[in-house]
Amino acid sequence: MARSLKKGPYVYHKLIDKLTKAKESNKKTVIKTWSRSSMIIPGMVGETIAVHNGKTFVPVFVTENMVGHKLGEFSPTRQFKGHSGNRK
Amino acid sequence: MARISGVDLPRKKRGVISLTYIYGIGPSKAHEILNRVGLDDSTIVEDWSDDHIKEITRLLQDVYKVEGELRSEIQMNIKRLMDIGSYRGIRHRKGLPTRGQRTKTNSRTRKGKRKTVANKKKATK
Repeated sequence: MARSLKKGPYVYHKLIDKLTKAKESNKKTVIKTWSRSSMIIPGMVGETIAVHNGKTFVPVFVTENMVGHKLGEFSPTRQFKGHSGNRK
Repeated sequence: MARISGVDLPRKKRGVISLTYIYGIGPSKAHEILNRVGLDDSTIVEDWSDDHIKEITRLLQDVYKVEGELRSEIQMNIKRLMDIGSYRGIRHRKGLPTRGQRTKTNSRTRKGKRKTVANKKKATK
């Protein structure tokens, strides 16, 4: 079921803090986060966010098209290299 | 004489059923359209007047997204998912189910015909 509109998009509060801090310092810093379930909000466009996938941080450069998706969608948690003997 | 938005409607069928032959029109939309035009659901297509047909054609052009236009929109949506590199886009690229279904078995609709791997010997060759 979809989230109630009344609440607005979910973004982890610490991630918001980091975002505002990054905006203030005006430096291009990579923001590390574990919060894969946070929604991508318009304020994140142009930012690079390193999203944890359980093992490493995957850098995600946020573009306008990504708004409305969750951060975790861009940081795959599984790695599949193909079956043996499946050469092409 | 019942050609609407590039699709030939079966003439001998009831209106609601006939309209569903158009891509993007299901039973509920067919009912809605006929309601707006003022036709009964059960009127056979043959018995529609030219005015009614004209009205339906206009509705399909202006209000509803059908056929090619709808298909291209769906393709655009999928393409967007693939371009931004989201998980769903990756699944589309690989031709696997996108909504978290199991792939150990089943999901043949997405994966297509079974590709049997005979046995290990052949694989290591």
